[in-house]
Amino acid sequence: MKNTMGLIFAYQNDELMRELTQKRALSSIPFGGRYRIVDFALSNMVNSGITQVGIITRNNYQSLMDHLGSGKEWDLSRKNGGLYMLPPFSQSEGSYRGEMEALGNADAFIRKSNYKYIMIASADSVCNMNFDDALNYHIEKDADITIIYKKGKFERQNEHENNCFIQCDADGRVIDVAVNPLVGRDNLSMDQIIIGKSLLETLIRECASHNMYSFHRDVLQKRVNDLKIYGYEYTGYYAKIESIASYFQASMDLLNESIRQALFYQPRQIFTKIRDEVPTLYQNGSDVKNSLVADGCVIEGEVENSIIFRGVRIRKGAVVKNSIIMQACEIQSNSQLEYAIIDKDVVIRENRKLFGYKLYPMVLAKGSVV
Amino acid sequence: MRTKKESVAMLLAGGQGSRLGVLTKKVAKPAIPFGGKYRIIDFTLSNCINSGIDTVGVLTQYMPLDLNAYIGNGQPWDLDRNDGGVSVLPPYVRGKDGQWYKGTANAIYQNMHFIERYDPEYVVVLSGDHIYKMNYSKMIDFHKRQGAACTIAVLNVSLEEASRFGIMNTDENNRIYEFEEKPAHPKSTKASMGVYVFSWKKLKEYLEADEATAGSSNDFGKNIIPNMLNAGEPMYAYEFSGYWKDVGTLDSLWEANMELLDPSNPINLSDPTWKIYARNPNEAPHFCSSMAQIKNSMITEGTQVYGSVEHSVIFHGVYIGEGAVVKDSVILPNTRIEAGAVVEYSIIGQETVVGRGAQVGCRKEEAMATVEPGKMSGYMAVLGDEIRIGENQIVKAGEMLDEDRL
Repeated sequence: MKNTMGLIFAYQNDELMRELTQKRALSSIPFGGRYRIVDFALSNMVNSGITQVGIITRNNYQSLMDHLGSGKEWDLSRKNGGLYMLPPFSQSEGSYRGEMEALGNADAFIRKSNYKYIMIASADSVCNMNFDDALNYHIEKDADITIIYKKGKFERQNEHENNCFIQCDADGRVIDVAVNPLVGRDNLSMDQIIIGKSLLETLIRECASHNMYSFHRDVLQKRVNDLKIYGYEYTGYYAKIESIASYFQASMDLLNESIRQALFYQPRQIFTKIRDEVPTLYQNGSDVKNSLVADGCVIEGEVENSIIFRGVRIRKGAVVKNSIIMQACEIQSNSQLEYAIIDKDVVIRENRKLFGYKLYPMVLAKGSVV
Repeated sequence: MRTKKESVAMLLAGGQGSRLGVLTKKVAKPAIPFGGKYRIIDFTLSNCINSGIDTVGVLTQYMPLDLNAYIGNGQPWDLDRNDGGVSVLPPYVRGKDGQWYKGTANAIYQNMHFIERYDPEYVVVLSGDHIYKMNYSKMIDFHKRQGAACTIAVLNVSLEEASRFGIMNTDENNRIYEFEEKPAHPKSTKASMGVYVFSWKKLKEYLEADEATAGSSNDFGKNIIPNMLNAGEPMYAYEFSGYWKDVGTLDSLWEANMELLDPSNPINLSDPTWKIYARNPNEAPHFCSSMAQIKNSMITEGTQVYGSVEHSVIFHGVYIGEGAVVKDSVILPNTRIEAGAVVEYSIIGQETVVGRGAQVGCRKEEAMATVEPGKMSGYMAVLGDEIRIGENQIVKAGEMLDEDRL
């Protein structure tokens, strides 16, 4: 993928992420045993040959910056291009009303760059894709904007969601854009789009001068007739992380053989920050079934249908089922966990019993001691 | 003008390690995978950076491609520096004639210009084939305090073992008065660990003199150390206590891997103040299926376990199929143990495939009863890198294979 720069929206609505976004942006929520959600968007760009990526942040981005560092794990620590953090200027901290306003803040960065196309992605998606085909499609259709979408049956879940659905004609041209419709629709925008750089610059200025800020409403919806907006269907695995329920579901999806293969066992790797942990040690008494376990753990207890992050200790007699245990937690002897999402550095003391419900897992905030 | 460095480390990584048989057919000994995600050389490189030595020359010669690629720019060890860092130093041609490294001392001699660039006071000479955690800066401090020309790290071994090592005989102040290589009747139990600190000016003098001596083997143990002793240079033994293991044989390599499974293992790899760094393969967390049974084992990222694993060290990217059994074994990276295969008391090389229903090795006790002694790999079955064992094939205990058996 040549001549394309990446921009990643690393902030999302996170009202439905409960304790997980107390101290971090949605994009830096740990996922899949060793990743952060942003790793997927960023790795997809890198794997598509993009070598300059700007990360647009709004608030709570300390953990994200810590995770991304200089970008060297994504091969983005470069002399030409590389990784750029684009935090808000102080007067706009925490107050972007919409994507176009946030892009306005990155205007200078965009204008200075020397690429023909811009790939914009929202860091709330879990997928492993190459953008090459979408870009070729964009060029072939001579499109102004190409929206990558996923076909499916998407039901409306709640009033907080930020979903955009499109409808295309036979040629693939978008003829209708619906934002948060009351009834479920079929073609969900993955909020991954390709746009020409000069068009984006024009749109940013236009929006700013008309006090418009929403990409979905003020660009896609308003301009659906006069811009050539095309839809490109993505057929691989895709999960949008927007709530605890979708986070839990996407995590459990990883225990599915074909989804795991599609996400992680590809020539296109998902890169993440390296922590130099030791291999995981299974000691006598361990019994681990249908689980994903990262490095650095010591397991003496029982684990089933769970995702275990790096450096977790599961002591003798502890039983962990259908749960997600994040980095450096300790589950002490004879404790039981079911349907629980345990954030980093949590200690569950001996003989505790914590049970959530499948549709409403229990969430423990970072650093809690139970 | 480069910054002057107080200490420069020279890491001898050129040896073949022929006692490791098929495992070193394609890679040099220091590049052999160890402990689930490391390579042997990671221990020495990590010791260097953790000791504050940021300038390291790695002397390579045998099968350098894999080792060079592994070391790369030194970034995993924080040795990608503008000033110093890690440099791979292969033998080279100068003028009309170039030559291979003739011996350990000659390897350093040929790279004197590398050392001189940093104008160091001390040169730490290391070998890349030991598993240990050691703070070299403490040893350098000792060297300074003693006003030594050379300090040799020693480990107290048992009297029986002493005949397998280079033994330092010292006075009560730890000053070395005699050095004996593998003595039949050891007078002391202070075994050399292959870790030397030299005052550079002195070492340079002896390297130059040694190079001018016809018939010298240009070796530290055979020439430089005895010559310095004979000349009455102040040489001291620095006592190290802690885990140290020479993994130069298949048995010791297997043993050192298995020692990591012991919960009270003396080499704590998860010490945050002394991390062992490795080039990370960046793979997904490992997966245990609902059929998997894992007992007392070490498993790394990228591995998928559908069968049963007991008392084994499994590296990254390994696949263990349904119904397969791996016991008392070391499985190196990206190897497949297909469904129903049984691997016992074995070391299996990288990217090798053990076909369905195949049988590799057998229980140690059983092997001891059936295998005739004197075979190179003892009672273990050893498979080299990138080979294929066909369906239902048998590799007996004690066998060492470096070609397909289909």
